[in-house]
Amino acid sequence: MVRTVTSFGRSGTFDWLYQRVTAVILLAYVLFIVGFIFFTKDFGYQAWSELFAQRWMRVFSLVALLSTIIHAWIGLWSVVTDYITNRMMGGKATVLRLFVEVVLAAVAVLYTVWGIEILWGV
Amino acid sequence: MLKVSIYRYNPEADKAPYMQDYELDTKGKDLMVLDVLELLKAEDPTLSFRRSCREGVCGSDGMNISGRNGLACTTPLSEAAPKGKLVLRPLPGLPVIRDLVVDMEQFYEQYKKIEPYLQNDTPAPAIERLQSPEDREKLDGLYECILCACCSTACPSFWWNPDKFIGPAGLLQAYRFLADSRDLATDERLSNLDDPFSVFRCHGIQNCVNVCPKGLNPTRAIGHIRNMLLTRAV
Repeated sequence: MVRTVTSFGRSGTFDWLYQRVTAVILLAYVLFIVGFIFFTKDFGYQAWSELFAQRWMRVFSLVALLSTIIHAWIGLWSVVTDYITNRMMGGKATVLRLFVEVVLAAVAVLYTVWGIEILWGV
Repeated sequence: MLKVSIYRYNPEADKAPYMQDYELDTKGKDLMVLDVLELLKAEDPTLSFRRSCREGVCGSDGMNISGRNGLACTTPLSEAAPKGKLVLRPLPGLPVIRDLVVDMEQFYEQYKKIEPYLQNDTPAPAIERLQSPEDREKLDGLYECILCACCSTACPSFWWNPDKFIGPAGLLQAYRFLADSRDLATDERLSNLDDPFSVFRCHGIQNCVNVCPKGLNPTRAIGHIRNMLLTRAV
């Protein structure tokens, strides 16, 4: 058993499941958006702003945004813990890994707050 | 003439590893790679490698043969050097002790973690713990592993985290005991694997399946473990 505190759910099974679930949500969102763009008659600012004026679309977009954040965290955490390891780099890997994780977390919070502002601001 | 290029490294004498070229007259025979090594060692006794049974049972002579992990004793030249050039390197990712001999400690540490023995606290019956033929069949494709380390050392996840990721060989054995109807420690075993590294560093690229000299499928076993963990958790 390897103990971790910076992985998303601290359990491999949890992280694995969340990465799959968020991937399905993102796929649904991408298909919806692409479908909307291609199948809307007179697609333009009017149709776009009418779509995003509806609460369900804002919630759907927020869910997709949170899914992106979770999906990215789980994926990038794996990359960071694969390539920035104490085994290869010694003690400085801890500092570097923590730094990268804090930057990623800050970006995640920034995008979430910013995204809510945009979705409910228009 | 067969051209052979072999990874040489003697930490006591060499500053860095280097490739040494040899030539060998195979007299047109389709020798096994291990035969080539034995013939070369007769000429150059400093050449070091592990070997024992010479028939693919002991798992001692796992090495990287022309870019692909395999057992020297069961890999013929027609497969490893179709163009007359053979390249031999130690198993990738493990520390080299000398030439083709690697330090397997990390590999065995991971094997040890999965507690590779039957756990059953109930009183032992007079003769033996019986299994139905169906339950016994579940162990096929699992128990045959010879721990040669070809799979784990072909796995990038094991290269990056050999101290945290169990690796395909260890996980195949983990499932061998999870699938055993006589073993009663299933829940404890699963709890010990439920972290982001032990099992879940497997991203299913199947290098392990590709190289296994016994034709086993660790990726499938890892999938079964994941399903057991999921079933328990959701």
